[in-house]
Amino acid sequence: MSGQTDLWSLAVIVGLAAVTVLTRCFFFILDRPWGLPEWAHRALHYAPVAALAAVIVPEIVMTQGHLVSTWQDARIFGALAGAAYYFWRRGVLGTMLVGMAVYLPLHLGLGW
Amino acid sequence: MFLSADIRRRPTFREGVAQMAPMAVGIGAWGLMTGVAMVKSGMSVIEALAMTFLVYAGSSQLAAIPLLVAGAPAWVILATGFCVNLRFVVFSLHLRPYLMHMPRWRRLVHGYLTADLSYATFTTRYPSPPTHRDEERAQEAYLTGGYFITWSAWMGMSTVGIALANLIPQAWGLGFAGVLSLVGILCSMATTRLRVLSALIAGATAVAAYALPLKLNIVTGIGVAVLLCFWLEKQFVRDPAEADE
Repeated sequence: MSGQTDLWSLAVIVGLAAVTVLTRCFFFILDRPWGLPEWAHRALHYAPVAALAAVIVPEIVMTQGHLVSTWQDARIFGALAGAAYYFWRRGVLGTMLVGMAVYLPLHLGLGW
Repeated sequence: MFLSADIRRRPTFREGVAQMAPMAVGIGAWGLMTGVAMVKSGMSVIEALAMTFLVYAGSSQLAAIPLLVAGAPAWVILATGFCVNLRFVVFSLHLRPYLMHMPRWRRLVHGYLTADLSYATFTTRYPSPPTHRDEERAQEAYLTGGYFITWSAWMGMSTVGIALANLIPQAWGLGFAGVLSLVGILCSMATTRLRVLSALIAGATAVAAYALPLKLNIVTGIGVAVLLCFWLEKQFVRDPAEADE
């Protein structure tokens, strides 16, 4: 769909906006007090991290549907540097900047 | 909500603005990269603007972009967005007593505009919900001042990113900044050993199941990780409260 606007994508975007409202307001949409069933309460502890990891890990270690076969891949070093920064200093912005500072020279300079 | 003069005139509105202002740079930088990432991944300018102004959720936008571009089914994209946003479900439980005195539409507007940083600064400034009318208004003004800054910084810089994206060559790989932002958020959420394990299992499963159609590897990864961690928690954690923060 590169560069083309289509109705399907716009409909999905509107759906995602509804998801934002639903999740951010989940427990105060209705007036009556209510809670989560026990299983859902437990799932809340593991689902968010699982969702993010399932989305980003393939973006980092796969190329065109295959696991990278060489360690000369700038994405792996960028992500590791970013994560290392996070656990050292905290902060999402720093993670991004440090990761890019490692990724860009390797990617642009060495062509990894 | 920040258009209402009654809110804007409260001193706590300015306090909220002042508290959030130093963080605007970080939010803006992330918004800029998200804007660039959207256009660089192949979304049209109209779609990118619609996503910025409607969805207003950085991590779920970044997670949805590759799925949207790959033409994954709508329910997979929406389910992924929902799962990435699950932390807000927990926040909403926390915010409920602060907002329930308002009419529903007002609660929904505040809820929609309250993202991670606004939630964090607001609940830090006010550890307990309001007990009388004046406090209700003061807290509402502080919350509004905070998200006025985050919303403005995010929208402004995302739009700049969308506008400048075409000046930046694809080969630079700047879209990777979006993935790195998600890495940061992932690290911030991996606060217990079982959560770290959940992330490792989900990531490994999503890679192993990559050949599945319709990006089902993502849903598979989430399902396997949640079930395994559930089971492990039942086996090895005597007090479930210990597994929380």
